[in-house]
Parts: sequence; structure tokens; C-alpha cells
Amino acid sequence: MIPPFETFYETHRDEVFRFLGRRLGRERAEDAFQETFLRALRAYPRLEHGEHLRAWVFTIASRIVVDEARRRRPQVELPELAAEDGLPAFEDLAPLTGDLPPKERAAVVLRYGYDLGYDGIGAALGSTEEAARQAASAGVRRLRKERQ
Amino acid sequence: MTISPSLDERFRAAAATADLLDVAFDVLPDTPIGPLLVGVSDRGVCRISFDAEPEHHLELLARQFGPRVLRSSKPVDRVRRELDEYFAGRRQHFEVEPDIRFVPEYHRVVLGELARVEYGTTTTYGALAELTGNPRAARAVGTVMHRNPIPIVLPCHRVIGASGNLTGYAGGLHLKEQLLRLEGAIL
Repeated sequence: MIPPFETFYETHRDEVFRFLGRRLGRERAEDAFQETFLRALRAYPRLEHGEHLRAWVFTIASRIVVDEARRRRPQVELPELAAEDGLPAFEDLAPLTGDLPPKERAAVVLRYGYDLGYDGIGAALGSTEEAARQAASAGVRRLRKERQ
Repeated sequence: MTISPSLDERFRAAAATADLLDVAFDVLPDTPIGPLLVGVSDRGVCRISFDAEPEHHLELLARQFGPRVLRSSKPVDRVRRELDEYFAGRRQHFEVEPDIRFVPEYHRVVLGELARVEYGTTTTYGALAELTGNPRAARAVGTVMHRNPIPIVLPCHRVIGASGNLTGYAGGLHLKEQLLRLEGAIL
């Protein structure tokens, strides 16, 4: 059972905003905050269960921080994706996905950590269903290769 | 660091503008009959309650209409305006559509007949039962009235006992009396 969005939003909004504020500064955090919860709202009806919602919304927020950093300073190396926040799903999947590029990592975590469908992942990452599918399968291929 | 009220409002407005909500609701804190909770869907008004505590409604709204239930003021503006006009005595018919797609079939039939009971008049549970083809179903009609998801707009306050008793009302009998007085149905 997925909680009503109002409940989800009220539970996580301050914490997500603090996270974005630390990463982006208060001013840019405001736009990123709105974008985070709009993406969450788009993907919300396709969630298959209401577990790990905190980690899920932080995955979306992290992705937006990455996009923002890339947009601002395309030459600079991308920040590590939410690693220091110690999120449950990342903890579970970290040993496995830690070395993946951010986008593949987010797609793999959302697909296999949260059972989110590719259309939902696409919505959450602000890209398309097809791009989400490709990112997840590229991530899995890379993981297989690394294990060999 | 918590989010500012203006950022909060901005997100809630953007969610509605982007057409991403299954139900937008708001609380009207001070109508003449006290606080009301109003919910709207893409089809019209889907909830009015005298219990204005959102916590008491979120789960059911989410189960019926979908999980994207969010407080957002703008989508409720039209109902808010029509209610204001009604309470000021300037409106006798609501133009906003009632969304009763999730009430059981029989309830929908009864509420359909209820919607035709005119402003300033009253009818009885028995008469309404008769209109739905089952004159002995007065008690069942009473149940439908009690569970009416959109009181005021669907005017269950206009349905009274055959003896002239006001009988019952979800918001309390004093509110039923107040609404009938406002409409001039009783003195």
C-alpha cells in the first residue's frame, strides 16, 4: 500500500530540502526541491509498494543534483551519488553498484532495489522509459563484466 | 532548516498545474457552518466533509481515486467560490460537477434523484425511495444520505422525516437546520 502523496511529502520534504541545500545552496535548492517532488509525483502511481520511500526520493534528489552539477560545470567530475547520506537501498546495493556511473547506478537501484518499472524510472530520472531501460541494462552488463 | 511556506505553496500549485493530482483538497477554515474539507478530482468535486481534519480522509481518498492526494488551494477555488456564494444566499444551484463514480450503484441512483431536490424545498426519505422505484426503501435512503460524500452540493439536508422531524445529519442536526433556514425552507 502506497501512502497518500500528502503523507509522503510531509514526511520527507524538510529532509530532502536540507540535503539539496547542502549540495546546491539555498537558492538553487528551491528549484531542485520542486523538481524532485514533481518527478516523484509523476512516478508515484507506478510504485509497486510503499517501502524505502525515503531512499527512493533521495535517489531522485541525488539525480537532480548530478544533473544540476553537469549543467553548471560540464567539465568537472560528477559528485558521488548520495553516498554520504547512508541511504538504506544504497547500503543494500552499494557493494554491488558502487562503481557504476551515476545514471546506471540510479537505474539499477530503482529497478532492482525498488521494483520500479522502466516508465517510472524514466519519470523519476527525468528521461524516457527507453533511456531508463538502457541505463539499467548497461549497468547490469557492467556489473557482470566486473564480476568475471 | 525547514522549507518556507512559500516554497511549499509553490510546489503544491505546480503539482496541480502539471495535472499530476488524483485529488486536490483544501480546508475552508471558517465557513458559516464551521470548517469544511473540500476535495476535487479531474471530474469535479469529490468530497465535502464537516470533519476538516485531512488525516481522517487521506487514506480513503487515496484508495478510491489514486495515491496522488495533495493539499493544493487553486484547484479548489471554484468550489470555494460557489460555496461562498451559497452561504451568502446568492447561489441556489451548484455548477461544479459532483464526482460520485466510486459510490455503489444504488447510492448513485439515490444521489442522482437527490440532486434534483430544489433549493428551498424539502422532501422525505420515503418520497426519495419512491422516486428510485422502491417505496419501502426509506431506511436504505437514510443510509445513502448518511454516507453522502458531497453534502451541501448534493443536498441531503433537504431530506427530512415524514413527520416533519429533521431526523439526522452527518454534520449535526443544528447544521441541517441552519442550511434549511438559509434556504428559507424553514423559519
